[in-house]
Amino acid sequence: MEWIALANPSRFLALAERLLPWLAAATALAFAAGLYAAFFVAPEDYQQGATVRIMFIHVPGAWLGMLGWAIMSVAALGTLVWRHPLADVALKTAAPIGAAFTFVCLVTGALWGRPMWGTYWVWDARLTSVLVLFLMYLGLIALWRAIEDRARAARAAAVLTLVGAVNLPIIKFSVDWWSTLHQPASVFRVGGSTIHPAILAPLLVMALAFTLLFATLYVSAMRNEILRRRVRTLRLLQVQTVQGA
Amino acid sequence: MTALAALLLRDTRLAVRVGGGALMGVLFFLLVVTMVPFGVGPDLKLLARIGPAILWIGALLATLLGLDRLLAADHDDGSLDLILMGHAPLELAVAAKALAHWLTTGLPLVIAAPLFGIFLNIDGSAIGIVALTLLVGTPALTFIGLIGAALAVALERGGLLLPVLVLPLTVPVLIFGIAAGDAAILNAAPFGAPFLILIALTLTSVVIGPVAAAAVLRHGLD
Amino acid sequence: MNLGPYAAFILAAYSLTTAVVVALILWVLLDYRVQRKLLADLEARGVTRRSEPPR
Repeated sequence: MEWIALANPSRFLALAERLLPWLAAATALAFAAGLYAAFFVAPEDYQQGATVRIMFIHVPGAWLGMLGWAIMSVAALGTLVWRHPLADVALKTAAPIGAAFTFVCLVTGALWGRPMWGTYWVWDARLTSVLVLFLMYLGLIALWRAIEDRARAARAAAVLTLVGAVNLPIIKFSVDWWSTLHQPASVFRVGGSTIHPAILAPLLVMALAFTLLFATLYVSAMRNEILRRRVRTLRLLQVQTVQGA
Repeated sequence: MTALAALLLRDTRLAVRVGGGALMGVLFFLLVVTMVPFGVGPDLKLLARIGPAILWIGALLATLLGLDRLLAADHDDGSLDLILMGHAPLELAVAAKALAHWLTTGLPLVIAAPLFGIFLNIDGSAIGIVALTLLVGTPALTFIGLIGAALAVALERGGLLLPVLVLPLTVPVLIFGIAAGDAAILNAAPFGAPFLILIALTLTSVVIGPVAAAAVLRHGLD
Repeated sequence: MNLGPYAAFILAAYSLTTAVVVALILWVLLDYRVQRKLLADLEARGVTRRSEPPR
């Protein structure tokens, strides 16, 4: 199927209708397998003990947070360059989902850090750049809600998304540099060695499960947004006919 | 009395609905808390030492930025004139508006503060105390800010006038609020003294703020 | 299953994630219901889109 075929919202809705049950089922299965692997298959890390199991949500959370912004960037191009009709919808709906998973990443990271390194938070390069990503998500969502006109909001959000996409590697690079410029007061030992396959496999299954979850939520949310726009159009039509009559 | 309750309810609803007012303040608070380590470096001990100050300054700036929602919007669409002509005493009316503003802008900051204290490596019990000082002190910030908001409306000037007017007036609140927080962390000075003064400042501002703001509005908008 | 001395942290992490995921799912489901209902209401009143045949 050509991508352009999806440009028709009705076709997308029909596709979503058929796809969603499968996506949801696949998500559930993947989580069942992943959680089982996370708790019963993966061994305890020789240094971190059982807390390594937090990694199985923390890492997918980070991955999805970044994937969310990547998807939004593609959608933003669709809005600004190709004016693909569904690009606005794709752009808007990815933000809250991406933000939620970035939040999960930050909090599970803090809960992992406390037993491991003795502190919930530290201003090192990786944590700080994920926090900045989270703040950018929140700013973007605030922008969507601030502008009344749908089309203008979409264009503004698209520009901000692309600026953010360009800025993310810059932030990562500069924070890396900043974090090594000011040496932290204490030295942290990163627990555990390079990832053992017995831990890697459950991690990959969980990552897959989370990605399928993202896809399910995303397609559903886009469907809702299309319906919401239909409602709005119909309401406007209704008002117009009343005025015209 | 019901007129004031209605005003309070209306302002609260508007603030929550415009889908931004309350949460934008918290977001800005988080941004300030995030920016400081970029400036002073990631040294956790240093951040813990200046933590109460960062939280207080962040809360102050977030309150300040929200102040233009307090009176300016009503002035723009004419509701302020209606309030001026209404039966309820103007002092009480603006007090009700300030209370609504604190409930929707200041209180979320107080609730968010313990969470942001984690970013600044502030100790567990100390976080609670700093949050308490914020709970007691943020109303003072709002009610003092009310005066600045009234002046900005009466003089019809926007921009940085409001912060420039309000910040010097809030200095005592800042000093005693941070002193109380530091006392708890460092155990160097007693906590009670600055805390009681903070309470006194709040109570005073709750009275003086509305009275001064009402006077400004009456004379300025005639 | 022994989760070690830091079991509370592991449980907290998984509970919070579950809560966020459940919240997302609820958001999507409830929004769907609301939009469907609104569309049904509008259709009942005879408001249709141009691309649909008139009733």
